[in-house]
Amino acid sequence: MRKFLRAVFLVDLLRGLWVTFRHQHPRNIQTEQYPAQRPKVAERYRGAPRLNINPENGETLCISCNLCALACPENLIVVGWVRDEQTKRKVLTTFTYDVSRCMFCGLCEDACPVDALELTQDFELAMYSREGAIWDRQMLEEGPRPTRYRY
Amino acid sequence: MPDSTFLDATELVLNMGPQHPSTHGVLRVILKLDGEKVIGTECVIGYLHRGVEKIGENRTYQMFAPYVDRMDYVAAVSNGLGYCLAVEKLLSVEAPPRAQAVRVILTELNRIASHQVWLGTHALDIGALTPVFYTFREREEILNIFEKYCGARLTTHAFRIGGLQYEIYEGFEEDVKKFCDTALPKFDDYEELLTENRIWGSRLKGVGILTAEDCKAYGVTGPLLRAAGVKWDIRKAMPYSGYEKYDFEIPTRQNGDTYDRYMVRMQEMRQSVRIIRQAVEGIPSGPIMAKVPKVIKPPVGEVYVSIEAPKGELGYFIVSDGSTQPYRVRVRPPSFVNLQSLDKMARGALVADVVAIIGTIDIVLGEVDR
Repeated sequence: MRKFLRAVFLVDLLRGLWVTFRHQHPRNIQTEQYPAQRPKVAERYRGAPRLNINPENGETLCISCNLCALACPENLIVVGWVRDEQTKRKVLTTFTYDVSRCMFCGLCEDACPVDALELTQDFELAMYSREGAIWDRQMLEEGPRPTRYRY
Repeated sequence: MPDSTFLDATELVLNMGPQHPSTHGVLRVILKLDGEKVIGTECVIGYLHRGVEKIGENRTYQMFAPYVDRMDYVAAVSNGLGYCLAVEKLLSVEAPPRAQAVRVILTELNRIASHQVWLGTHALDIGALTPVFYTFREREEILNIFEKYCGARLTTHAFRIGGLQYEIYEGFEEDVKKFCDTALPKFDDYEELLTENRIWGSRLKGVGILTAEDCKAYGVTGPLLRAAGVKWDIRKAMPYSGYEKYDFEIPTRQNGDTYDRYMVRMQEMRQSVRIIRQAVEGIPSGPIMAKVPKVIKPPVGEVYVSIEAPKGELGYFIVSDGSTQPYRVRVRPPSFVNLQSLDKMARGALVADVVAIIGTIDIVLGEVDR
């Protein structure tokens, strides 16, 4: 009898409706207003790559050890260097990073012994051409320039 | 009325997919129909084949780890754990206790996230539009923990061979505890929306029955097997990564229909919260990385390691020829094996039930096709 009454008065459906009603509180709104509000990504976020420079003298931190290129599963890093005849040290000349093939696994970052190569918190990587996805040393050293949208 | 239907066409062949939204990706199912009744199905897979196993043969052991995340992308952490455990067994090293505890926490969080995706999309297939918003909202909290821990949300690459790359961040325990406290009332909300609901019940009860014998014959594992009444969970049967230390139950049901699989998965989410609570209470201190050489060169041999992924038994079979690259990586994906039972379940059902049955198997096409 009780089961019958519950079925007639649609108790099961009304309980579900009560759940949806409870969740309508504005506190439960989770929508992010991107791009009006820029989402705050975590500190360890693996985004656009950057080649760090020494902030005092602007020299690169990279020691051209080529470990990032060897660690990369997609072989997308190309490091170019010349040997300085006087100091016998490698000097970085070019650094190419193909962002279009990168899967942001972070293995290059882990491999870097001097914290020169870093995956930053920038996540806006859209570009107009495929060639624009191949970043050179200058672009990597300048670092991400996040777009500021105006509303 | 004669037996034959309109124009004597007794048999109708209908293509479902590969772009049908409720085939959860690019699965194509060829349905043989007699009116509304399904008299046979055939799965056409391979639309998402990327050759992950072949990629593994051309990469070093560390390099291949990010690729396994891309098979079952809904449960990327579980994939990574299985691969790392397999290579660790090949090298005969074991992750330190601290790494094991963090691994358990992240894998169980991923199990909840995977089941939430399943619940939302499955309910969407059946016609309940509300749960998908709630489940994805709560999944966001788990993904935020992943993002804070390792910097990625979906294809995490959280574990490395021999342990962990990242130390847990400040406030990790609080975040996980807070999630555990808020999750259980949310699971109650899902259940209140669905469990008693008459439409949900009539769409799922008695649909897609797979008995325990069928499950064993097809090699079906995971919630499908447990819903048929078989108490089989690799976390209990062959404990890995310190699962023997935690107290939890294997939820089982008897009927083996779609509704029971739903109930089993709901119970599993609660059990996962229970495991996470125990693990986060006592994360041991110590190193997070075992002594693993920079260049991994395992001895010649082969190894098979299986773990309990959210979808069933996930196995990795790795053959090493002593070089830095694996000779062969074979993955035993739970979705692929479970999908083979579709024909058995769908025969005799109606077309609308096929949608429910595909949903209940919980397939991820990235893993089926690899």
